Amino acid sequence: MKYLDEYRDPTLARRLLDELREAATLPWRIMEVCGGQTHTLVRQGIDELLPAGMRMIHGPGCPVCVTPLETLDRAMAVAARPGVILTSFGDMLRVPGTETDLLSLRARGADVRVVYAPMDAVRLAARHPDREVVFLAVGFETTAPANATAVLYAARLGLTNFSMLVSHVLVPPAMTALLENPDCEVQAFLAAGHVCAVMGWREYEPIAARYRVPIVVTGFEPLDLLEGILMAVRQLESGRFEVENQYVRAVRRSGNTAAQDTVREVFRVTDRAWRGIGALPDSGLELAEKYRQFDATRRFDVGGLCPVEDAECIAGAILTGAKLPTDCTAYGTRCTPRHPLGAPMVSSEGTCAAFHAAGRAPASVRSTT
Amino acid sequence: MTVECPTPNHEDEVVLLGHGAGGRLTAELLDQLILPALDGASGPMEDAALLPGHRELVMSTDSFVVSPLFFPGGDIGSLAVHGTVNDLAMRGAWPIALSVSLIVEEGLPLAELRTILGSLGKAAQSAGVPVVTGDTKVVGRGAADRLFVNTTGIGQRHGSLRPSAALARPGDAVLLSGPVGLHGTTVLSTREGLGFESDIASDTRPLHRLVRALAPIGGDVHVLRDPTRGGLAAALNEIARDSSVAVEIAESAVPVPEAVASACDLLGLDPLVVANEGCLVAFVAGDAAEEALAAMRSAEEGAQAVRIGEVLPDGPRGRVTLRTLVGARRIVDLPLGEQLPRIC
Repeated sequence: MKYLDEYRDPTLARRLLDELREAATLPWRIMEVCGGQTHTLVRQGIDELLPAGMRMIHGPGCPVCVTPLETLDRAMAVAARPGVILTSFGDMLRVPGTETDLLSLRARGADVRVVYAPMDAVRLAARHPDREVVFLAVGFETTAPANATAVLYAARLGLTNFSMLVSHVLVPPAMTALLENPDCEVQAFLAAGHVCAVMGWREYEPIAARYRVPIVVTGFEPLDLLEGILMAVRQLESGRFEVENQYVRAVRRSGNTAAQDTVREVFRVTDRAWRGIGALPDSGLELAEKYRQFDATRRFDVGGLCPVEDAECIAGAILTGAKLPTDCTAYGTRCTPRHPLGAPMVSSEGTCAAFHAAGRAPASVRSTT
Repeated sequence: MTVECPTPNHEDEVVLLGHGAGGRLTAELLDQLILPALDGASGPMEDAALLPGHRELVMSTDSFVVSPLFFPGGDIGSLAVHGTVNDLAMRGAWPIALSVSLIVEEGLPLAELRTILGSLGKAAQSAGVPVVTGDTKVVGRGAADRLFVNTTGIGQRHGSLRPSAALARPGDAVLLSGPVGLHGTTVLSTREGLGFESDIASDTRPLHRLVRALAPIGGDVHVLRDPTRGGLAAALNEIARDSSVAVEIAESAVPVPEAVASACDLLGLDPLVVANEGCLVAFVAGDAAEEALAAMRSAEEGAQAVRIGEVLPDGPRGRVTLRTLVGARRIVDLPLGEQLPRIC
């Protein structure tokens, strides 16, 4: 199959694993930043086939997971209002807020709809001038251009009934925050290929140089990941710390400059609270002043919100790679995809969901069998 | 004014769309609410039930709420016939009669209703099963979405075919009659306007002739199941659970058409959990596997039949494992009940 089968070839995968076993002489710790990569690693069991002692640390690159609880509660408060159509990507619907989730809200009568592209939400607003259409805009740099384009489109149509609840986040500040932590074990990064397809990798070069850490821009298929890991290991083994590009079929050093221009036109960089991690300076995007009329936070006064995290959930430690889902006391028992305590158990990019879907047993079970 | 922070809790006292998706939520609803209320017999949940006092007869009923009503490869009319014919076939039965009930929303263009019933009639005729009774109700606008169809069928079992979800045994070969994921991705992409429609069509078709081709293998055919809602993952999990065996399949052996793989990648879906309407899995005694494969391939519906796995002699009972492309193993779980409502 074109563009898929050649990156899933079992023979080539085994060859790369053999090369990796030859190349790795030390128990390296490599973080894959993106949740999509985590899912491929866990679905394919690649992390379990690595050379002895070597370990993948699963990173914070799950946009649904890092969306602050306050934003979720705000989205639900907005969705509960009469006349509102709240639109979102499907993953957000089951993420537990303080009291409920969007799916349950929908079952009780709120108009919550899944869209596959932000432009669908704009079209919905154009079709329903009597309704307020709100799009919950989350994500990393990957989804920012499409969301920015949706705002420009809404502006061009002169829509007054479309708005966005924006909770965009940026990868480099999160990587820097992880590396600044004295307990950080990460020795190399696989950077998220799709983020870099938009942004390029220039902004990663100062990080690699300053923290002396190899960064390999990596794709999402099994062979992409194996090759990315191998490239990172070869850098580590030879003492290099450069930004390299494994995902050559999609990423250039300068990225997609037209997409970057669109993002800069519509959004501006702002401080952002990351769920489970905390506030990071200059780590998010919000609507620029020129487009503030599309800001749902300004449009809907929902009063005081009281976000309360579940006390047992260790999402923060999961997102920073400090712990594995299987280390959590609630994993697979009190916290399942059916009854998630935290977002990483919900999202298709969440580490806990990846582990649960692959049937990985909790640490307590593994040690007794 | 003081603002009190509420205690976090998960509200789930109302029916969610996921309760109808054929996964874990559906199983919970059945086990905790529906079966207890009906004093339902314990034991495996089969695609069709044996009729008390009539060893050779099986019965099955199914309601169809697919949206949109028309999709590449079929429509709600043909789907309603195939769905029930296939449920009967999975108990080794040939369909002998169908009933058809319509719930129509006021305002549905008669031309559409005519087209759908024409398609339904043609599907029944080409399956060789008469529609012997039916019912029509019309409800006001908004009380239903255009058209819902229920079909109920009676079937007669082939001589020695006695498949049941509880009969899988260690050493069985797991056979799959054709590629997976076509129906679910077709309906979803048609409904959402995702633009795959030109590349992809539902696999909806009757499977009773394919099952008849297996009749000579008789008692060595242990389990038949058509992986509809919840896909191959749900079907295999139900069989593993009901037979209390460990099932293992190889990812590289499961045929996934290119368009399905692309659509699933784009939508973040697993082809193993996407619904099918025109293929079946068969668990067959190991030494009869080649004969069964040849029999399946002799029928048009089974021309692409392949062996995808086996029942392990020992291993985690009630679980399904998958050998991944890179050679690791992972559990394939029962899907939770995903966001693909109204695909059948």
